[in-house]
Amino acid sequence: MSPRLPLGSEREALKIVIVGHVDHGKSTLIGRLLYETGSLPPGKVEELKAVSARRRMAIEWSFVLDAFQAERDQAVTIDTTQIWFKTATRDYVIIDAPGHREFLKNMVSGAAAADAAVLVVDAAEGVREQTRRHGYLLHLLGVRQVAVAVSKMDLVAYDERRFSEVSREIGHYLGEIGVVPTFIVPISGRDGDNVAVNKAAVQGEGSPAMAWYKGPSLLEALARFQTVTRPIDQPLRFLIQDVYKFDQRRILAGRIESGILRVGDRLLFSPSNRTARVRSIEVWNSDTECLEVRAGQSVAITLDEQVFVERGEMASHEALPPMLSTVFRATLFWLGQKPLEVHETYKLKLGTREARVRVQSIERVIDTDTLAGRPGDRVERNGVGEVVMRCREILALDEYRDLARTGRFVVVDEYDTVAGGVISMEGYPDQRHAFAVKSANLTSVEHRVTATLRTERNGHCGGVLWFTGLSGSGKSTLAMAVEQHLFNKGYHVYVLDGDNVRGGLNANLGFSPEDRAENIRRVGEVAALFADSGVICISAFISPYRADRDRARTAAKSNFHEVFIKAGLDACERRDPKGLYRKARAGKIADFTGISAPYETPSRAELVVDTETASIEDSVRQIVDYVERNFARSRNPRKA
Amino acid sequence: MLHLDELEAQSVYILREAYSQIEPLAMLWSLGKDSNVMIWLARKAFCGHVPFPVIHVDTGRKFEEMYEFRTRYAVEWSLQLITGDCPPVEEVDPTLPPAARAAARKTLGLKALLAQHGFKGVIAGIRRDEQATRAKERVFSPRDESGAWDFRDQPPEFWDQYKTDFPPGTHVRIHPLLHWTEIDVWRYIERENIPVVPLYFARDGKRYRSLGDQDITHPIDSNAATLQEIIEELATTTTSERAGRAMDHEREDAFERLRASGYM
Repeated sequence: MSPRLPLGSEREALKIVIVGHVDHGKSTLIGRLLYETGSLPPGKVEELKAVSARRRMAIEWSFVLDAFQAERDQAVTIDTTQIWFKTATRDYVIIDAPGHREFLKNMVSGAAAADAAVLVVDAAEGVREQTRRHGYLLHLLGVRQVAVAVSKMDLVAYDERRFSEVSREIGHYLGEIGVVPTFIVPISGRDGDNVAVNKAAVQGEGSPAMAWYKGPSLLEALARFQTVTRPIDQPLRFLIQDVYKFDQRRILAGRIESGILRVGDRLLFSPSNRTARVRSIEVWNSDTECLEVRAGQSVAITLDEQVFVERGEMASHEALPPMLSTVFRATLFWLGQKPLEVHETYKLKLGTREARVRVQSIERVIDTDTLAGRPGDRVERNGVGEVVMRCREILALDEYRDLARTGRFVVVDEYDTVAGGVISMEGYPDQRHAFAVKSANLTSVEHRVTATLRTERNGHCGGVLWFTGLSGSGKSTLAMAVEQHLFNKGYHVYVLDGDNVRGGLNANLGFSPEDRAENIRRVGEVAALFADSGVICISAFISPYRADRDRARTAAKSNFHEVFIKAGLDACERRDPKGLYRKARAGKIADFTGISAPYETPSRAELVVDTETASIEDSVRQIVDYVERNFARSRNPRKA
Repeated sequence: MLHLDELEAQSVYILREAYSQIEPLAMLWSLGKDSNVMIWLARKAFCGHVPFPVIHVDTGRKFEEMYEFRTRYAVEWSLQLITGDCPPVEEVDPTLPPAARAAARKTLGLKALLAQHGFKGVIAGIRRDEQATRAKERVFSPRDESGAWDFRDQPPEFWDQYKTDFPPGTHVRIHPLLHWTEIDVWRYIERENIPVVPLYFARDGKRYRSLGDQDITHPIDSNAATLQEIIEELATTTTSERAGRAMDHEREDAFERLRASGYM
């Protein structure tokens, strides 16, 4: 079907997707739209009549779309087709989408590319499961413009009250997920009422079946949709697809996903953190020099330096780079046969980057019918879940709500795409302020007093006992008790306690994810210095993020021992020694670990002390014994 | 961005993905207008080069002008050209109607070439608007070892993420022109000045809108002798591009069967 386009126009076609529950009339609507806009080739209408007659049915507009034998016999559309049609004012490409559960992955393929959507609801059947699921997915896929068509009005005798009922129900659901439909149009695909023209709004058209409806026809509603424009005003994101060396030039190829890139710009590559200037923008077969490229363009550039950059890296300007993280939250829809399970690993594809990720936790499984979330250890096929993903490598990414193209990803299991998801970094710090050493010109100087000499003198080696656990789990109590016991045994020992340090060294830090990370970074470095000086440093900080604890471990180089002071949230809340849980529950403290901020349980602590089951004395003894086994040179350091 | 720029950028992206992720790779060159646009897009994507072989599956029954075109441009565009012959028509499934049988020859010829060279991926210039069954294709479309295509179980493609992981033994067809329409192709040819076989232009009141084997392709009545005139004509026509292709009008499901068994 070749579209008839007016001469000289390079009009952008609006991409729309038509979704809704199976058999609610989507295909019929599309067939009707094509007919009404004169987009069917001559002979097609006759062909339709013949085929329908052969199958002993009244003319079925949906047959226009069903290319497959199988589909005709089953009367269920299987896949997405792309259909062009036009009106006087603009061109459209419809991506037909099926309503049956089984083929959600096909609907997603279509809807993900759409500028706008029409959600079809059968007037007689009303809002059904797939109606809601598709509405939810449209929102998740970023389709912001939605019109609703209440179809088969002929089956409910064009009753206004029924239309109002259905409108209210779907309007309410969409409202709950933050989608406001532009229009809700009552139509009859079979007879064509309100598809192209609203007869009630046109004078002298006789008595139309729906005289009570004064709004626009569906086609008029479509005309109000706008094409989604490329984000040139957003921060630059240039995703490297490949590096070519066909001749002496080293060429970086990829697409600009947002922003503008110019010759001479200084680029920052993430996650490698390398920088270089754009020397040229390479264009084949053009006489004019290209000095600027924008979002949407596939480009090839050269740099002024030979930096090692490869596929998967994201280039930006230095001012507004992507975030760096080894962990992120995501809302995703699962398409795979096997359910998504916590602790499983999958392949993540984010832009041109690929990495293995593990599902650290499933925070909520969302029921798209009720929009309720419940905890779960798996997300079933066609389900939606909120998860936390962790990666061994550091990833460059953006918040989906800020930059959609670099804030979304797909998940691949074995060879298949099994999910699409969008990223939120809520509760997790940007690890970019990862503590890069800012000073240049540093020369480290060796101590003449070595660690061995200190160990000889003290009778034990220095090191770090890193206590971690929820507020109220017993860290400070145990730390002070252990310090006293060890001191009495002749050890050189000192406690860095959370509240104490926050009153001095870290007085200028709060509890945002970034400040917590900095808090721990400083304590980690100080503890490392103590350890280096031969002292056993006990740190008692909640230290909720694994990444920060790992960093402290690296700072200490060797002899770092993570001690998980374990107690459940309920137990800690019951104890509430400082009254903080009560305040947090009352909303007086924001970002409180366990309640409004995450705690990442240690997975490889050297020692676990369960303060719910052990008494204080037993816990202290456990820790002291551990120290004696691991730090002491001789049984009694006092005699060293 | 203008519409053609969008299409071009997307096709370049697709070609670069294929080149990066799938190896060994080849591109089909049918000598038709869509193929030429594809080669042009490859040169845009890879800085003037076509860094993989280009395959012409030769039925031996193409028009003479096409063979001339092939010889000339293989040199001018510095293509690594591979040509392969097709088995005689007697070796093809006799239950297919005659025109479809001719097309099936091409399928067998292609399969033989792929097996011989061991290509894992093949870039082809099909478009969704050409034919209803093609409308259901994917940009990266897996084929099993026999070249068969399971239209019921196609991978989801969204957010510019394409299926590039395949179990051993799978081949993939890559379709960079999937979202282009016939008129897009002609507009691009005009804009870029891409050479095409002269048969597309009217001579003695007739021209070819689509080029298959000589014996199964029929010209249409037309006086469109320049690119501008062709575009004008297309803008007002209501017949489909492949109307002159006999195979498409034979039994309803013939084309479907052809595709499912590995025809383009």
